[in-house]
Amino acid sequence: MPKRTDIQKIMVIGSGPIVIGQAAEFDYAGTQACTSLREEGYEVILINSNPATIMTDSVIADRVYIEPLTLEFASRIIYKERPDAILGSLGGQTGLNLVVELANSGILDEYHVEVLGTALDAIEKAEDRDKFRELMYEINEPVPESVIVHTIEEAIAFAQSNGYPLVVRPAFTLGGTGGGFANNEDELRMICDNGLKISPVHQCLIEQSIAGYKEIEYEVMRDNSDNAIVVCNMENVDPVGIHTGDSIVVAPTQTLTDRECGIMRASALKIIRALKICGGCNIQLALDPQSFHYYVIEVNPRVSRSSALASKATGYPIAKLAAKVAVGLTLDEIINPVTKTSYACAEPTIDYVVAKLPRFPFDKFPKADRSLGTQMKATGEVMSIGRTFDEAILKAIRSLEMKIDHLEKADIEALSDEALWAKLEKQDDERLYVICALLRRNADPNRIHDITQMDLYFLQRFNNIVAFEKECKAHPKDVTHLIKAKKMGFSDAYLSRVWNMQEQELFDLRKKHNILPVYKMVDTCAGEYVSNTPYLYSTYEQENESVRSDRKKIIVLGSGPIRIGQGVEFDYATVHCVKTLHECGYEAIVINNNPETVSTDYSISDKLYFEPLTLEDVMHVIEWEQPLGVIVQFGGQTAINLADGLVKRGVQILGTSLEDIDRAEDRHAFEAMLKQLEIPQPLGETAFEIEEALQIAKRIGYPVLVRPSYVLGGRAMEIVHNDDDLCIYMATAVQEISHDAPILVDKYIVGKEVEIDAICDGENVLIPGIMEHIERAGVHSGDSISVYPAPTISKKIKETIIEYTKRIGKGFHFKGLFNIQFIVDKDEQVYVLEVNPRSSRTVPFLSKITNVPMSYVATRCVLGETLEDQGYKEIIHPETKRTFVKAPVFSFAKLRSVDTTLGPEMKSTGEALGQDVTLEKALYKALLASGVKVPDRGNVLMTIADEDKEEALDIAKRFYNCGYGIYATSGTAKYLKTHGIEVHDAIKINENADKNVLHLIRMGRVNLVINTMSQNKSVSKDGFLIRRTAAENNISCFTSLDTAKAMIRVVESLSFTTISMNELEG
Amino acid sequence: MKERLLVLEDGSVYKGIAFGSDRYRIGELIFQTGMSGYQEIISDLSYYGQIVMMTYPAIGGCGINRDDFESMDPQIFGFVVKEFCEYPSNFRSHMTLSAFMEQKGIPGIADIDTREITRKLRENGTMKAVMADIDADVEHLIKQLKEAKLPEDGVQKVSTQKPYPIPSRGRKVVMIDLGTKFGLIRELNKRGCDLVVMPYDTTAKEILSLSCDGVVVSNGPGTPDQITETVETIRALMDHVVILGCGLGHQVVAKACGADIEKMKFGHHGNSTPIRSLEKNKVEFAATNHTYAVKEESLSGTGLKVTHRALNDDVIEGLRHETKKIISVEFNPEAACGADDMMYIFDEFIEMMDKGGKQHA
Repeated sequence: MPKRTDIQKIMVIGSGPIVIGQAAEFDYAGTQACTSLREEGYEVILINSNPATIMTDSVIADRVYIEPLTLEFASRIIYKERPDAILGSLGGQTGLNLVVELANSGILDEYHVEVLGTALDAIEKAEDRDKFRELMYEINEPVPESVIVHTIEEAIAFAQSNGYPLVVRPAFTLGGTGGGFANNEDELRMICDNGLKISPVHQCLIEQSIAGYKEIEYEVMRDNSDNAIVVCNMENVDPVGIHTGDSIVVAPTQTLTDRECGIMRASALKIIRALKICGGCNIQLALDPQSFHYYVIEVNPRVSRSSALASKATGYPIAKLAAKVAVGLTLDEIINPVTKTSYACAEPTIDYVVAKLPRFPFDKFPKADRSLGTQMKATGEVMSIGRTFDEAILKAIRSLEMKIDHLEKADIEALSDEALWAKLEKQDDERLYVICALLRRNADPNRIHDITQMDLYFLQRFNNIVAFEKECKAHPKDVTHLIKAKKMGFSDAYLSRVWNMQEQELFDLRKKHNILPVYKMVDTCAGEYVSNTPYLYSTYEQENESVRSDRKKIIVLGSGPIRIGQGVEFDYATVHCVKTLHECGYEAIVINNNPETVSTDYSISDKLYFEPLTLEDVMHVIEWEQPLGVIVQFGGQTAINLADGLVKRGVQILGTSLEDIDRAEDRHAFEAMLKQLEIPQPLGETAFEIEEALQIAKRIGYPVLVRPSYVLGGRAMEIVHNDDDLCIYMATAVQEISHDAPILVDKYIVGKEVEIDAICDGENVLIPGIMEHIERAGVHSGDSISVYPAPTISKKIKETIIEYTKRIGKGFHFKGLFNIQFIVDKDEQVYVLEVNPRSSRTVPFLSKITNVPMSYVATRCVLGETLEDQGYKEIIHPETKRTFVKAPVFSFAKLRSVDTTLGPEMKSTGEALGQDVTLEKALYKALLASGVKVPDRGNVLMTIADEDKEEALDIAKRFYNCGYGIYATSGTAKYLKTHGIEVHDAIKINENADKNVLHLIRMGRVNLVINTMSQNKSVSKDGFLIRRTAAENNISCFTSLDTAKAMIRVVESLSFTTISMNELEG
Repeated sequence: MKERLLVLEDGSVYKGIAFGSDRYRIGELIFQTGMSGYQEIISDLSYYGQIVMMTYPAIGGCGINRDDFESMDPQIFGFVVKEFCEYPSNFRSHMTLSAFMEQKGIPGIADIDTREITRKLRENGTMKAVMADIDADVEHLIKQLKEAKLPEDGVQKVSTQKPYPIPSRGRKVVMIDLGTKFGLIRELNKRGCDLVVMPYDTTAKEILSLSCDGVVVSNGPGTPDQITETVETIRALMDHVVILGCGLGHQVVAKACGADIEKMKFGHHGNSTPIRSLEKNKVEFAATNHTYAVKEESLSGTGLKVTHRALNDDVIEGLRHETKKIISVEFNPEAACGADDMMYIFDEFIEMMDKGGKQHA
């Protein structure tokens, strides 16, 4: 069927900021979708609030709106644009929810906007548990016994007739937010209570637990001629019970016979046909390991994280085709874009094994609850491809960048047998290492199976790896063993360690015996048809399919898995670098391992190597491709960290040189350089011992900022106010993080934080813009609200900043992007906090709002052009009239036990952009887009540390004058009352177990919590509980008075204040 | 760990790991793209005389079970894989793949760059190949390979020697066994057919004497030219009974109607080949396993019209006679292994018998 001609203009909805459960995969899907629709000649209007994405580049759609994904703003765009149709099934749960909301509001009918892709009733049938079950009964597909409840009592009643364990799943929430397993009534009450609150329709599904079943996923597609295909099936190594986003996943299924595959396939196709979806759909099934019995667990009637994985695992571009199918094209008339010699109506067959491992944020949140369940906790993932499971899993492990090069973790190996078994019971993120540690001690795989319910197939494979380790250890440097080890996926790092040699020596040994990898192509058809996709992975076999061209080549290193501190922003920069290289006539080669991203879309680069980002794996590609050089400055710290090793092996780093990178990253060199450039920085020194640190603190005076040298994203950074806390910090952090790197002790300066991103051609500098943070220094820049143009800093300061930036750019000989964080104290003294010799988190934001294509310009500088060549003669780009605000987005509701208070350690997972003609309007949009509700009246709960009370008084007054009710705990209440503010008392936690301050939050009596933490850390248990309760109940909690001030500013702009005549001053 | 060689007609030699038996025979090397169903594939008699290479690398993980055989006595001449698994895990598994292959006299070789060979076969077409011990005289083997003639007596070897009934109370159906998959019998059985399975060389007279409603010509190895007697039989039956041909049976039916067969470059061997059903104008999936296909140009004047075509290369996958009650399909509708979209072929066959067959006894 040909494409539709009765529609011309299509509105596409993006997925908004990155949160746990909804990450870069939707940038990939959305970008593909928009491009694909435009290819077909449609006019595309995009709305998405996430500035860090490729999809919000103005070239991706005909018009891009970076606005909050709310009914209010989406409606405005519909009024203005009058689209013929709307496509929400490529914007994740957010996209679907918004389509439903728009439909319910009547606006789609009123403006005759047709819903494409997944029809409204299909969304409802898949997402509304009742309707879903009805449909399953109708088509005779089994679902576990369950009931939909709106109250806890109904849940208890179901439990009484069906018994425990039960699963609680709140309706319409992201990534299973708020769900969990209940083994008894207490647990059921707790989880259900939370689930009902978190569900936008106050509805939960209570379901018989089928934990222990195999979890199987089917990615299916259908067109409107009812052609339906399976793109990929996947098996979770972790059984049902652990969220698939947190599971180790392999593709295709490994432990199913054709009979089982056939049953699952038939079920999946029946479901997508019953839902009449035109596009992609994810179907999750649970299969009894002891029979053919299965249940349908969940259907996602849209592209998803799994479909991104399936696309990268098979090469089959689901999102791209889903968009084409949505406008009426059928799969049997679309040419398969991978082979170009066959049709898209084909079920991909693969000739390799794919492994996906989740990337967890627990390195940043050591105190978080690490156990895994139905609530997803991973922030990102890595994928790897091998010709065997062993090879795939070992490649995946070293792709994670957790300083692990094998299925072995030193701290876990050190545990006692009892501790290991106990840890295994917990099923936490480290279970894989625990299992291998146990197998190394000859534990019975059956016993591990009994605890984990992992299929023995996988346990045997781990056992195989462990067994071969022993053989390797017994035959050091033996070539036969070396060959087998490399085929199995062992890294040089591991082998050289156990063979007691340098990694370089091992590499030389391999080269001598020609034990080098070959590259195989991902082609959707297992080699059956000719295909020229430049999408490759390494393995140790005979034939190398990677054809080396004689063009000038440059390798760009990607940024690996999404984690806190290194998000989709770096993928953005990488993609632009690649496109620029391509445009400049170079062959652009990408190495990356993140299946969610745009950079690992094989159609972006000239060649894509899906490989771990380790020195070994990167060197293999370099040795084969012989590029002019490697660009590391766009791939975040991941790529930067490889620079040293690459240079040692004689590789040319293009752009800023390694010496200059080191000069910016090495504390002493950096200090010396700044001194030479006459740029002030906060006083500070390095300490190895507690005594030393105390001495330094004494010299420079508290408060001090402490952190280990060489860390990422403010990891383990703290502001310390006294000797006691400093001792605690030195005792814990030093041990935990940096065995030999010293701790930096810096004077903590109270002041405004200002940030710039700039481009230098080695000589001259271009600053697209200066951003000011709402929160004072001390809150990590990634967690601060950032405003452009800087609203409160003077012309003089700006000039100083420009001058310093110029000196730094030239002084460090930067070639490409760099980022500087400044602090401005109350005397307008400007200090440099840090210089990052690479792309930063703010590059996409700044590129978009200033219209300076930063990665593009920087890449051309890297290639040797000057800024002047490119037409940039002024050092600072003129400021815009509009105000742009970038607000951080957190995933606290999903990470139990993580303290939500903001500090020097970064905690946010994503960001949203708000923009308008005034700062207040822009702030309003940014807050809204980041998930903060901004009601013009309501109640605010304040629990303020003593040292902040004075400052908080003004905020309280302003909320009060806007008509907000003020709740406060005793100390704060007393203070506010003595200053004439009417306050409701909130009862402290230990004074009443039921009706205390937490109850207020849980009952939804307050709309907002303002909580600041005392400098004396030992006391703040109550504060922690308040913050956690707020997070888990979806109530915004501000821990910085600066954020609170921004909020009241917005509230004031939205409402009228009423002040009695008596209060008028003067 | 024993090593073993795989030698190809073009002179290339691959060293791998031995498993299964060491009963080496020269066969036609083909690649199979199914990601599941190795037990069904090994035991599919259509592969008689062939050395099957799986493009999917991890084979044997589910072991061998008692249910999923497609014949009693597998006849493939060899099995080539990237990796075979010695510790299967599936609730039905009762032995390992290698133990089974040893028992059945099938040699296997693992640790082979199967993708390289697949690409080679894709470019050059199928090749003769043989496995050998690691110290074998390779030059001699290559010479042997070049001279070797592939067996042409497949059907004669695998067809039943004697007729046997599979009684039921439904439509009376004779199956001409050219090496049938159990799957065909299973599907007919499921639909209540009162079945008699007969040897490939049964005459039309014998069949008609059973007063059956329909005849199924099964799948099997080789080409119709190797079993001209079966072609004759079908020609004689065409006007009297409803006929369904599958696989080789499809080619036999086409031949009987006057069409010709030609060799494909490397054939279709997979679990999920996209096939357009022309009558429904819809793409469906089915397992395929054929190196020969009906020649397009030979159809004119035969009364046959194309009902199914492979989506990607337009190869004829299904035929229907315009006037006679004959349908035939090149693919495997029984979905063992592979996709089950085409099961309706059996229903159609039953319907045709219901409309035109005799009244029940």
